[in-house]
Amino acid sequence: MPLQVISGNYAQAYAAKLARVQVISAYPITPQTTIVEKLADFVASGELPAEYIKVESEHSAMQVCISAASLGARTYTASSSQGLLLMHELLHWASGIRAPIVMGVANRAIAPPLSIWTDHSDTIAQRDTGWIQYYAESNQEVLDTALMAFRLAEHDDVRLPAMITEDAFYLSHTVEPVDVPSQEQADAFLPPYKARDILRPGEAARLGSYIGPDLYMEFRYKVARAMTRVPGVMAAVEEEYERITGRNHGGPLPTYRADDADAVLITMGTATTTARSVVDALRARGEKVALAKLRVFRPLPMHELRELARTVDRIGVLDRSYTGGLVGAAYSEVAGAMFPARERPLLRNFIAGLGGRDITPPMVETMYRRLLDGSDSEVEWIGLKERKEVTVDG
Amino acid sequence: MARLTIPAEEYMRSGHAACPGCGATLAMRYVLKGLGPNTIVAIPACCWTVIGTPFPTTVLKVAMLDNAFEATGASISGLRAAADALKIHDVQIVGFAGDGGTADIGIQALSGMLERRTDAIYVMYDNEAYMNTGVQRSGATPQGARTTTTPIREGSRGKSEPKKDVMAIVAAHDPAYAATVNVAFPEDFVKKVQKAATIRGPRFFHALAPCPPGWSFPPEKSIELGRLATDTNIFPLYEIEGGRYRITRKLGRARPVAEYLKVQGRFAHLSPAEVAAIQADVDARWKRLLDREALG
Amino acid sequence: MTSYEAQEDLPEVCIATESSEDVYKTASWRTQRPVIRLEACTKCNVCWKFCPDVAIELNADGYPVVRLDYCKGCGICAEECKPRAIDMVKEG
Repeated sequence: MPLQVISGNYAQAYAAKLARVQVISAYPITPQTTIVEKLADFVASGELPAEYIKVESEHSAMQVCISAASLGARTYTASSSQGLLLMHELLHWASGIRAPIVMGVANRAIAPPLSIWTDHSDTIAQRDTGWIQYYAESNQEVLDTALMAFRLAEHDDVRLPAMITEDAFYLSHTVEPVDVPSQEQADAFLPPYKARDILRPGEAARLGSYIGPDLYMEFRYKVARAMTRVPGVMAAVEEEYERITGRNHGGPLPTYRADDADAVLITMGTATTTARSVVDALRARGEKVALAKLRVFRPLPMHELRELARTVDRIGVLDRSYTGGLVGAAYSEVAGAMFPARERPLLRNFIAGLGGRDITPPMVETMYRRLLDGSDSEVEWIGLKERKEVTVDG
Repeated sequence: MARLTIPAEEYMRSGHAACPGCGATLAMRYVLKGLGPNTIVAIPACCWTVIGTPFPTTVLKVAMLDNAFEATGASISGLRAAADALKIHDVQIVGFAGDGGTADIGIQALSGMLERRTDAIYVMYDNEAYMNTGVQRSGATPQGARTTTTPIREGSRGKSEPKKDVMAIVAAHDPAYAATVNVAFPEDFVKKVQKAATIRGPRFFHALAPCPPGWSFPPEKSIELGRLATDTNIFPLYEIEGGRYRITRKLGRARPVAEYLKVQGRFAHLSPAEVAAIQADVDARWKRLLDREALG
Repeated sequence: MTSYEAQEDLPEVCIATESSEDVYKTASWRTQRPVIRLEACTKCNVCWKFCPDVAIELNADGYPVVRLDYCKGCGICAEECKPRAIDMVKEG
């Protein structure tokens, strides 16, 4: 297959088209807009015979997907930032009703002040909604992951919605070479959606319902159990995808040069690419550093994180988000995963790249420096414009 | 023996949790009699959430979907999109929401559904307040009505604003069909629903649903009150089709609004002057409706 | 009604398929019940038509029969019955 040079947004749209989605419903928001425009084009030209409901808000977009899924349709939507926040109520609904909706999110900062530029606060703020969450590093990964997400979400043992995120502009609008699978490959990988527990006209059933304290907890437990089954199903899905396309993105926590490392930085999204080049540069100077890409945030790869903790003494977590805590969210999740280990590594939190602030190689090098020197600060904002004797911007 | 004037088949069961004398259940009963078994009903948070009895039971003999409070308009767009995509023909999609979930928190999604020309029916069952949460005022609460958030006190004479004219909002979207219906007039109700069933496109019903506890009247008077609402011209029965208005019930002489107001505790505090003001407003609206009908 | 004792008994998704009639005998709600004097009944069907609880059914002869398992005693049937063939009688 000749490579196509496409943006992350187009990669999302191609994935939805290859997946033969049946109902699309979305509301435009920068920088997701070219996803919904490309899909509108596919539908208008007849290339994608889907029903495309152009709703009046993101909240309605997610409701359309949920209601369509309740009859058994394969659905797709996309959003970002404020739009994703507006959808929040319905994100809970989608997972609670076990609708295998797939959503592309262009990670964008949260207002105020209004910013169209990238950070992960919008999706990190949705980590409690019961959605599977992927953070992509490249447009190839966006397309592959989105296509795999349908298979994973619809799997009988999972039945949970999934979001595939891409950094605003770095991926959403930047073109990269992408091997777009053929429709034959996609069809071989992804069969039609066989929905269960849906509504059928003429059959008396109420989907959703209401419930007392007697049984609510048990339905939540069902979701929890499904989440525990995700890693196993995900591994099988990725294996199958590799068989068909030859590509594998390394599971939920792929590492780089982590054999014999003194310090590892955990990154998400496109900062990973920058960090990889810094690892090579530092390794060339004899510094034993490594990288771990947190590709799947939900469910958090507890097993892989604990494995990492066994082999490395110093771990930094780069949060490209800030969601109101005393430390970053990814950091606290990783720390939580590593806490039960008998021997815990030194763990440090770096918050950087908010609102599209570029994460530069010198910034990443500073993070490794902090780890190797064993800095005292548990959390540090890197690249912040702060009046200090020592500046840290690149 | 009189033949049945509405279809015999029932699509709503007994054992539901509605208050005795509930108008909202009759509204559902008549809607389903008009549409038949191949119907999917989508409801937001409203009285019917609870009337519908908890898991694992259900009150309707047709498919039913709970959706988010704000989103009934979007929910039925989604159901129709899926039905079209999955080639499920011969299915009526119905959103069945209260006045709160339609006129207030649900207005945006309703507007979206109408503007998108979704092929579905939206029924607003209007008990004129947020009844399920305990009788708080809604945009559809009539002026002067006592509710828990518009209590009668020194400086408060019930709801100070007029009732939001949802039919006018719907009409502005040029629906395929819109009508007011009243549980006190089941033949008119069912006939309109059956007519709507044959029409494609966005269809809307404003159904008056008297509420004994919310309006403060004894439950056996539910139908009587519904009848009075229409016969005082407070809730006229009409349809809008292709932009043309047609009134479907006209008395030679309307009953005075006082007859309707005085039997409800929510209006017990009204002074003669306030009642007269309501009468004048109702008269003006009725005249406007007659003028619209005359436009043809 | 199915008695769900453990989470593994539940369906994976919250979808309710059982009938309210099997579980909720709303008869217990009422403090009065309708008594229909058939000799006065004209079989106009108004009581059947206006019952919010579908608690009046028509028998093979076209007469209304109250479904006493469900009637909540709201009194609409008695109120609307033109021949005044229905009396509301106190329970207990």
